[in-house]
Amino acid sequence: MFKKLSFSSLGSAFFLFALCTVAYAADAETAIAGLRYFTVSVFAAGFGIGIAAFGCGIGMGYAVRGGLEGIARNPEASGKVTVTMLIGLALIEALCIYTLVIALILIYAHPYSEPISKLFAA
Amino acid sequence: MEHPILFLVQLCDLIGGGVASFAHHSPHVIYSWFAMLILIVFGLLARKGISIIPTKVQNFFEVVIGGLEEFTVDITGEEGRRFFPILATLFIYIFVCNLLGLVPGLLPPTANLNTNAAMAIVVFIMTHVIGVMTHGPKYIKQFTGPIWWLSPLIFLLELIGHSARVLSLSIRLFGNMMGKELVLGILFMLAGAYFAPFPMLCLGLLVCFIQAFVFYLLSTMYFTLALEEAH
Repeated sequence: MFKKLSFSSLGSAFFLFALCTVAYAADAETAIAGLRYFTVSVFAAGFGIGIAAFGCGIGMGYAVRGGLEGIARNPEASGKVTVTMLIGLALIEALCIYTLVIALILIYAHPYSEPISKLFAA
Repeated sequence: MEHPILFLVQLCDLIGGGVASFAHHSPHVIYSWFAMLILIVFGLLARKGISIIPTKVQNFFEVVIGGLEEFTVDITGEEGRRFFPILATLFIYIFVCNLLGLVPGLLPPTANLNTNAAMAIVVFIMTHVIGVMTHGPKYIKQFTGPIWWLSPLIFLLELIGHSARVLSLSIRLFGNMMGKELVLGILFMLAGAYFAPFPMLCLGLLVCFIQAFVFYLLSTMYFTLALEEAH
């Protein structure tokens, strides 16, 4: 019940937001198409980062658990285990960083960035 | 996003002319020269008064370089010792470049994709040069796999995997540094008077070192893979 309500409200909010640009159809058309594109891009960027952070968080949790179990079992090897764990964490974090780069591209460097920045600057 | 205030770019503005427009267009080049200057000064400092019984400055550099060399030879084996200079250079240069980002008013050159892509392409070309130097024309066997009639497919996959190395090396470093810059800038803008960026600066120190170390370690492992025999 809660899942259906939140999903439908999100979907309708996004739909309304994307539709309201049609109301300004009298003005410069590139800016309107750009604004619609920008709405979808920002939406996608936010969700992309959320999903990526979710997956990477779980992955890093597994990595740290493995590291802690190794140290608990054999405290003398804690130096090597810590170094290996940190390297593994950096590699897993890189996956979230790739998504962050795509999100930044979507927000700041999409094809309609010129008209959008003029719209916000004016 | 407003234009950040960068010291060296303001300095180049004082010089004026073509230098100023170049500095505004590509500040990361100016700051990579600055990092190179720092490293050259450190190198000259380390050379002064070398003796058998090391003093404090020489001790410090011996620990750094000696430790790096041991670590590299640990991973690559004995024949990897002659590739230690380029790997250590990559590590120390990237570390200094990253540290420049923690100082307000300086821009880390690694926050720009061009610096990182240049270093990743150097590592990529070096891998193949090492492979050809060690194995000769039989280096192509590393890309074909064990079954001979599947080799075109496996060759394509290996090619894509190798190109993905360049992308992943450069974008990992770029994303970390750019993300740190963005977060520091936004926190500074929001609540700079309450020392809000301070926890991010501490995390930033850790991230600078770890990212330089991961770049160096991955390059070392790629060199090791090129040196060893095909599976």
